[in-house]
Amino acid sequence: MEPFIRHKGLVAPLNRANVDTDQIIPKQFLKRIERTGFGDFLFFDWRFRSSGEPNPEFELNRPEYRGATVLIAGSNFGCGSSREHAPWALLDFGFRVLLAPSFADIFYNNCFKNGILPIRLGERELQGLFLRTEQMQGYSLAVDLENQQISDEQGLSLRFEIEPFRREYLMKGLDDIGLTLEQVQAINQYELERRVFT
Amino acid sequence: MAKTIFEKIWNNHIVYEEPDQPALIYIDCHLVHEVTSPQAFDGLRLNNRKVRRPDLTHATVDHNVPTTDRSLPIVDSVSRRQIEALEANCEEFGIELYGLDSPYQGIVHVIGPELGLTQPGMTIVCGDSHTSTHGAFGALAFGIGTSEVEHVLATQCLRQSKPKTFRIELADKLMDGVTAKDMILYLIRKIGTDGATGFVLEYAGSAIRSLDMEERMTVCNMSIEAGARAGLIAPDDRTFEYLEGRNFVPKEEYQEAVEYWKTLPSEEDAVFDRELTLDIGDLAPQVSWGTSPGMVTDVTGTVPIPDTIEDESTRKSVMSALEYMALQPGMPIEEIRIDRVFIGSCTNSRISDLRSAARIVQGKQVAPTVQAMVVPGSQQIKRQAEEEGLDQIFLESGFEWRESGCSMCLAMNPDTLSPGERSASTSNRNFEGRQGKGGRTHLVSPQMAAAAAITGHFVDVRKWV
Repeated sequence: MEPFIRHKGLVAPLNRANVDTDQIIPKQFLKRIERTGFGDFLFFDWRFRSSGEPNPEFELNRPEYRGATVLIAGSNFGCGSSREHAPWALLDFGFRVLLAPSFADIFYNNCFKNGILPIRLGERELQGLFLRTEQMQGYSLAVDLENQQISDEQGLSLRFEIEPFRREYLMKGLDDIGLTLEQVQAINQYELERRVFT
Repeated sequence: MAKTIFEKIWNNHIVYEEPDQPALIYIDCHLVHEVTSPQAFDGLRLNNRKVRRPDLTHATVDHNVPTTDRSLPIVDSVSRRQIEALEANCEEFGIELYGLDSPYQGIVHVIGPELGLTQPGMTIVCGDSHTSTHGAFGALAFGIGTSEVEHVLATQCLRQSKPKTFRIELADKLMDGVTAKDMILYLIRKIGTDGATGFVLEYAGSAIRSLDMEERMTVCNMSIEAGARAGLIAPDDRTFEYLEGRNFVPKEEYQEAVEYWKTLPSEEDAVFDRELTLDIGDLAPQVSWGTSPGMVTDVTGTVPIPDTIEDESTRKSVMSALEYMALQPGMPIEEIRIDRVFIGSCTNSRISDLRSAARIVQGKQVAPTVQAMVVPGSQQIKRQAEEEGLDQIFLESGFEWRESGCSMCLAMNPDTLSPGERSASTSNRNFEGRQGKGGRTHLVSPQMAAAAAITGHFVDVRKWV
């Protein structure tokens, strides 16, 4: 996986709480057996009307947010189904960083497997970012994972917390399975000692 | 130090750990279905890896399968391709598949326990968030994403950061007509859809002990809707009785297994990170009104009035939900008319669910304005229900009697709501579009769904039992 050290990009707002993974990527697209191409279906039922026309009222359809790579959202983002297709869709659409007060567990974990950085920020700090995004055309943020800092061109500087092992994981672009297979002796040993009733 | 059941299972499964890193834990049982596995198997092939323990891996097809005549080819070519991919992958990697022609096929979280794959003290994972269901047996069971599915296939292990523990004591006894489903809906209503994020729940108390295994599965199933990592109920004699004799349950060493399982329950003075006690003696049947499993109220209650909600963010969410659900603020739940009834899903499609629904509808007719169907959780359940004549009861009342699968819970197969249609559903999620774009889902117990099918609107089923 590509190491993630820092990222700068246009911000798009989704000021809603409890955005569930059924909204992020509706079920009909889970039939696909590929890992790619899900960006076309991101927030499908919100982005498109039944006619197939884009819904101009949906935040991410606004022309000023085209090309955004940083998404700011409400609490409990990614709740519901464990579908990893949700981060795949976000990544494929172009998002590399997600900012929210909280994320659902499985979704949060899935993000790291795909090189997306989900950052938990305080409600007040996020409200500030929503305001700036609304007020400033082309608002962008620079996210520095190494130093755990978020800054903008207007002098804002926020610190964020992240579990050290997750920070290291993204920064080194680690491969889970490769890492685990380094411990194959421990796995062999565990299997030898494992109590199995017949 | 006194241990919780979670800690005992966790400690028993650590393969490798180092400070400040997630532990590497061993997975005793890996359940697989067609939707979250194709890319995982592709990953194995790409990296020239095998499945480490095909003997600990079991697969079925459930999400995409039609619930109508399965002797016919699947019409949806994309669904068909995905099911064929699982068949090919299981063949290539040597994994047992309970496929479309298997007498054991069904919803993955229904067949696991049925076959005795689910046992106390195990770690169980699946690429599906309702894996929490298996916690009813005192197993540590949780959902994982496709990348982790690939990881488990390749290594039979998972890297996990240790979650915190949350004990929920449910006291007193449920009234007649009030079920395990109502209990778990009530809990999510109380603590919220993120009330247990980062925690493994342990359900305890007299109300839990009095539940049978299928009811315990209903409770544990919806742990994920409260944001929990997993949900557990300590095993007891009921658990052992359910398990004895099932396909994968130990036979020669059954007694030894039971002795071991008896050591698992949390110790008296074990300390939990969080605790909560809820009295459910007066609990009424619950009905969800909104677009999240926490948006629930009593059947005797009313739809919320946004103007009375102080918190702006909550008020916005409620308004948005009411608009999507086309409900009037303050409207009595019992006045909500429904178009469709779905009795099924990994939450409520087991034999006891079907029996309780059948008791409600026997001798009565489905309302002319309602289209109702029953989707048994597995082929085994379907056969048993037919032996008991339940299918005849449902058919005579005007229900459709279907083959087993996830069906309208998430509507990946042709069983979907049309835009604007309102359902009474025994499933677990009422998100926008969950059962079909523009579909309006109300989550209820099997009895409540059955009663709504007859009257065409929600009723307090306590009056019927």
